[in-house]
Amino acid sequence: MKIKKSLAISETGFVFDPSTGDSYTLNPIGLEIIQLLREGKSSGEITGAVTQTYDIDAMTFERYLFDFLGMLKQMQLVESDE
Amino acid sequence: MSKQKMTIAISGLNNVDSPGPGIPVIRGIRESAVIESRIVGLAYDNLEPGPYMHEFVDKTYKVPYPSEGVDHLIERIRYIHEREQIDVLIPNFDSEIFVFIKLADKLRQMGIHTFLPTLSQFEERHKSNLPQYGEKYDIRVPDSRPVTSFGDIEDLVRQGKFSWPLLVKGKFYDAYVARSTDQARIYYNTVSAKWGLPVIIQEFIKGTEVNVVALGDGNGRTIGAVPMRKQYITDNGKAWGGITLEDPSMLEFTHHVMSATHWRGGMELELIRTSLNELYLIEINPRLPAWVYLAVAAGQNLPEALVKLAMGQDVPSWTRYDIGKIFIRYSFDMIRDFDAFQKLSTIGEL
Repeated sequence: MKIKKSLAISETGFVFDPSTGDSYTLNPIGLEIIQLLREGKSSGEITGAVTQTYDIDAMTFERYLFDFLGMLKQMQLVESDE
Repeated sequence: MSKQKMTIAISGLNNVDSPGPGIPVIRGIRESAVIESRIVGLAYDNLEPGPYMHEFVDKTYKVPYPSEGVDHLIERIRYIHEREQIDVLIPNFDSEIFVFIKLADKLRQMGIHTFLPTLSQFEERHKSNLPQYGEKYDIRVPDSRPVTSFGDIEDLVRQGKFSWPLLVKGKFYDAYVARSTDQARIYYNTVSAKWGLPVIIQEFIKGTEVNVVALGDGNGRTIGAVPMRKQYITDNGKAWGGITLEDPSMLEFTHHVMSATHWRGGMELELIRTSLNELYLIEINPRLPAWVYLAVAAGQNLPEALVKLAMGQDVPSWTRYDIGKIFIRYSFDMIRDFDAFQKLSTIGEL
């Protein structure tokens, strides 16, 4: 999944979509995931990175990750060909 | 470089909760690096805030409503011109644009410049003509019909030409979403009592409203254009906050309108973006809107450019603006002595 290139994402987790004018606030883990997506990481790679850093098993994390990715898609924050 | 001195007459000074564009237009002109302006306010009401905002308006004259007759208005303008030597006049109300288009030649003979759409440009973009406008210029528009009685709305629904919800719109301002016959009747009566006939019935397009402020040179060129989305809307449907957008499709839409119609002057495009990313034109306002200062702050001083065009000067087109620039409107209680109110009320000047 590719995050829209035009999104402005601040270090504090504030996300601005310049094509719609909508803005969102991310919690720290949400911000981390968005940054990993921006670097082109796959879901598997993101799961690997997060489970190595935090005390969470892969299956539990993936459930939250797919929820989050679904939300990004629904909010049209991913490239339209996704 | 020394600034060019100009006297500019401006109306639309009702800087209230449903504001006219006068003060934001003046703000842009005041910030010009090339124009040193004397601003002459044209006021219709004693309590329009503009006349009392002396940092923006140097001198104000009351003028008669255009509905009182063109002769009264031109006589008053002549009186003001003798005292002020007006270089450029910018009318800012939809309801007076028609009259000033009619008066443009007379004003020009007096030495007063305007930069307004032609009469046919003004007439053909009326809400009641929107379907023909869309067809003529290949622009996507919702179906709209002018009606002169409530029975017409019932007929349109019965014949299956419109379905609920639909929009009930005044010919100049106001729009209501009616979801039933009862609601439509209430809105029809409200709108026709306020703005007269016809009332416009428009297909309801579901989506997000987005707007563009733009300036056309009259030869098909877009001098500037800035897209915006309202972020906070008042009960009157006016923007109380808005943000500039990065949206090439809205700019492309605007360039198409300008090049196809050869629009001359300021305009506001009201658009709906559907969930399929289609843009529908729902209205063209034939003047700069009250949120035009957002465009100035984003890098396009459209009011200044309009003054230059009126004076016959060459104005290059803008190619960029700041994205994510926000405006937040606020209200503020000005305190003035009674004397100022008395002067404007009795002498008609302040």
